[in-house]
Amino acid sequence: MSVELFGYRRPDGQVGIRNHVIILPVDDISNAAAEGVARLIPGAIALPHHYGRLQYGADLELTFRTLIGTGANPNVAAAVVICIEPNWARKVADGIARTGKPVAWFAIEGHGDLDTIARAARQAKEFVQWASELRREPISVSDLLVAIKCGESDTTTGLGSCPTVGWVVDRLVEMGARVIFGETSELTGGEHLIADRMATPELREKFLRVYRDYVDEIERQGVDLLGSQPTQGNIAGGLSTIEEKALGNIEKTGTKPIVGVLGPAEAPPPDPGLYFMDTSSAAAECLTLQAAAGAVVHFFPTGQGNVVGHPIMPVLKITANPNTARTMSEHIDLDVSGLLTLELTLPQAGQELLNLLYRTVNGRLTAAEALGHREFVLTKLYRSA
Amino acid sequence: MQHKFLVHKKGDHVGVAVAEIAAGETVTGVFMDDGTTIQVRANHAVPFGHKIAIQSVEPGGTVLEYGVPIGQAPNGLAVGDYVHTHNLKSLRWARS
Repeated sequence: MSVELFGYRRPDGQVGIRNHVIILPVDDISNAAAEGVARLIPGAIALPHHYGRLQYGADLELTFRTLIGTGANPNVAAAVVICIEPNWARKVADGIARTGKPVAWFAIEGHGDLDTIARAARQAKEFVQWASELRREPISVSDLLVAIKCGESDTTTGLGSCPTVGWVVDRLVEMGARVIFGETSELTGGEHLIADRMATPELREKFLRVYRDYVDEIERQGVDLLGSQPTQGNIAGGLSTIEEKALGNIEKTGTKPIVGVLGPAEAPPPDPGLYFMDTSSAAAECLTLQAAAGAVVHFFPTGQGNVVGHPIMPVLKITANPNTARTMSEHIDLDVSGLLTLELTLPQAGQELLNLLYRTVNGRLTAAEALGHREFVLTKLYRSA
Repeated sequence: MQHKFLVHKKGDHVGVAVAEIAAGETVTGVFMDDGTTIQVRANHAVPFGHKIAIQSVEPGGTVLEYGVPIGQAPNGLAVGDYVHTHNLKSLRWARS
């Protein structure tokens, strides 16, 4: 491969393509202090969110795994953790520190917001200056952990943008990269196609169990998803059934065997290949879980025009819908509507996206980054105590 | 003639309009798997991105797209019909 890629190799060997210093609140009531620090230190990013108090069991574990995984993501150079009380601040900071990157934590109790902000801001300022001297070094495609998810789908998604991503996913896997897809419930109608691509009978069983559990959970609410799937946007875009939506969605996973079934926010093993992760199909929740698993860059095919981004993971938007490419151009990184007019072939569209990926790896900001889209949404498994 | 719809796979019952199709218009479609073409006279207007039937379907019959069932047509489909939520229903979560 002639293209040269440069990234940040972290102490644990993982490779990032961004160099963020994050201010990470452990709970909802620490958001104000975290945002206060980020206001004082413009080179740092606060990641406010809505939860972290009185959660328990698997739901609490998932929140910890998401927060720690986000801090551990190699796009993060250093992290400042803020929590109302010290025990959980230390727990999250220790989890992130296992990567070897610099981490500091601050508890608000006994200090108040203003003193906490002052202390945390001094630390954040040191981290930002330290991180500014880190240098990109040569990396290869096999160092990349890539995530994919589509949103505001319509029929152009299945005709153009998802096949383009699928073509690139196949190339990335051939070059030794790891790729994660999710959206458990939105595989409905095509789940047998995913099951058939599982690399082993054990993985196939595991996947089908995860899929059935998710659908059972929906049905236990006494509803099915016919009222919300396809969404109003999907239907306006021509999608008639959940099956049709799923088949378009699955196009973006390419054709390779699936080598692992991950829990939400679970980091994949080092082995290259395509991984499935059990996630919600809501865009920001799915992206947050994928970034917490270590994904450093994201492909997001969209039909009617989803605008989602993430605080630390660049999100590339691809559309094959010429109307969306025109009316929402500021959100679209790559227009592949030429696939619909047959002016563009799939390998041509795929190569364009691969080239754009390489430029993004090397530092070019995505539309979502330039527009300041920083959605960070924890997945809640059930209500708090 | 410029194509106005695409078909994912040979054997599919529906194609997807990639341009606005008017009622009564005879339109050309391209199969994405082998590049061959098909002509259909539209019975209804079909908006961009929406589906047109290219094969008839018996009442209650399964409708294929991508070579895979995407639902069933309770009242059947005729060649040229506009196909959407009014005449194509999910085979899943069909309890309601």
